[in-house]
Amino acid sequence: MFRYVLKRFSQSLVTLFIVVTVVFMLMRLLPLEGYFGDGYDKLSEEQKVAALDRMGLLDPWYVQLGNFYVKLSRGDLGTSIIYRRDVPVTEVIAPRIPYSMYFGIFATLLALIAGLSLGVFMARKKGRGLDKAGTAYIVLINAVPSAVYLLFIQLYGTSLFNLPILFDKYRVKSWILPAISLSLGGIAGYAMWIRRYMVDELNKDYIKLARAKGLPEKLIMVRHVMRNAFVPMAQYLPAAILSTISGSIYIESLYSIPGMGGLLVDVIQRQDNPMVQALVLIFSSVGIIGLFLGDILMAIFDPRIKLVKGEGSR
Amino acid sequence: MSDSLFEFADFDENASERIGYSDYSYWRSTVKVFLKNKIAVILLVVLSILLIFTFIQPLIPGQNSPTKIHIDPATSVQMRNRLPDSTFWFGTNSIGQDLWARIWSGTRTSLLIGLIVGFFEMLVGITYGALWGYVRKLDRVMTEVYNVLNNIPTTIILLLMAYILRPGFKTMIIAMCITGWLGLARFVRNQIVIIRDREYNLASRCLGTPAGRVIGRNLLPYLVSVIMLQTALSIPGTIGWEVFLTYIGLGLPVSIPSLGNLVNEGRLIMMSPELRYQLIFPTIVLSIITISFYVLGNAFADASDPRNHV
Repeated sequence: MFRYVLKRFSQSLVTLFIVVTVVFMLMRLLPLEGYFGDGYDKLSEEQKVAALDRMGLLDPWYVQLGNFYVKLSRGDLGTSIIYRRDVPVTEVIAPRIPYSMYFGIFATLLALIAGLSLGVFMARKKGRGLDKAGTAYIVLINAVPSAVYLLFIQLYGTSLFNLPILFDKYRVKSWILPAISLSLGGIAGYAMWIRRYMVDELNKDYIKLARAKGLPEKLIMVRHVMRNAFVPMAQYLPAAILSTISGSIYIESLYSIPGMGGLLVDVIQRQDNPMVQALVLIFSSVGIIGLFLGDILMAIFDPRIKLVKGEGSR
Repeated sequence: MSDSLFEFADFDENASERIGYSDYSYWRSTVKVFLKNKIAVILLVVLSILLIFTFIQPLIPGQNSPTKIHIDPATSVQMRNRLPDSTFWFGTNSIGQDLWARIWSGTRTSLLIGLIVGFFEMLVGITYGALWGYVRKLDRVMTEVYNVLNNIPTTIILLLMAYILRPGFKTMIIAMCITGWLGLARFVRNQIVIIRDREYNLASRCLGTPAGRVIGRNLLPYLVSVIMLQTALSIPGTIGWEVFLTYIGLGLPVSIPSLGNLVNEGRLIMMSPELRYQLIFPTIVLSIITISFYVLGNAFADASDPRNHV
């Protein structure tokens, strides 16, 4: 077990290193104008060179990369240039994380509860009205781009239920729509998964045995089916919860929630290179850490997964 | 139990020669199972009509150019936000362009992106997956490459690429191609690992059949359903990403109409209820296309799975 964790950890570390390096190198490909604010045209050649030199952008790439890692190890992600001039990125980000996290955790919980119950009902009433309605919902959510249906939810949800169109910290009513919108995709995903899982599982021999020996249907569901269902889910939960830090880029910007996702859209549109770089790094690290935790949880819950020497699991 | 219930059977030489025979044909069964799915058949008809119309629309006489700005001859003012009428079937947009022409032109652009990306995904996904699953020496390296790419959220890769390369048609295709093939490659790889060591493949290998031939002849035919599903799904997928990137401001320039651009243009004026037709018309066309491809892809994948054949 310990060796598995160690191996998986070093794997994540290597991935993280590659990602950070590649992102850093890619950002160097951008034109240098991106490192100046609005007054770019007014600066003289010497001023530009001096400014670039001060930011260390004229050094050879390996020196820049080295400096970047040294700074990173001290928790310094760089300084914003355009979005909030000369403010460290960490300071810009810090107050925004809670918004994304609260919304994200709430939406994950809602998606889990609603999605799993919907899926279980669909599986038990297979082929009937509820199952068909649920399938239609899943198809709709999966096929239609989220950018489109979320827009319509904002447009008609606000006028139908008389809810505010933009987020406001002090009005609880304005939290409802974004939170529900954020969980719609998750509901569809969990429902689809648990339905397929239960339909497959209920035909298996161990369930038949449990029924044959007279175990009540409720106990079969709780002790056997659901318990097994949680193993693969354990793998995705950490990633789902952690990725709430990055927030939903689209929803936050639609409802102007001052979270991380909306921030990314803002800095992209205003071309603040250091901010984009820092946010991209944070988002991808969060993704990598989430997957790592998921695999570890999975190994704890599922005794079949053990460390396999060298050759991966084949 | 009385003996009268049983009787001796006569020996029939002809009957003993008869062997089990079925006229099972893979493709015929696939079509048969597919046709049983009523909704899929209806959507197939709707989608075919829509796609054919999309591509012959510019050839119909009397169609407007999607980028022409119409000007009222009497007042020489742009015909902005004209509600749908007999001249402009879907009305005009905020600078006086014909929405009807723009929607079909936009559908062509979006489908073109979807097809190019889908084709590329198929090419890279199958090649990578086949090598990954079949050639043991490459397994270590290819798994690592997959892990690195798969670990980064797709949204982030797309945003980063579109940001660095500057918005445009090519950028959009490159950005989507970078991540799109991952899912297909993994499916293909897993299937191939399962089928690879079956007896007939061992026999082929013993006889010295080259790897390329074994992959092409013995393995890939098993993967038709997965490949078709992934390719069909890549079209709604790319359209979704396109709408998203356009919203962020990293989409196609406004001069090239696309479904993403049209939805985004509609979004900008959605606060005035009488102009919402500019958002609703593109959305309807977009939804018909994405839902049809999604349902058809799944229906075809079910139908082409031999386990569902009777």
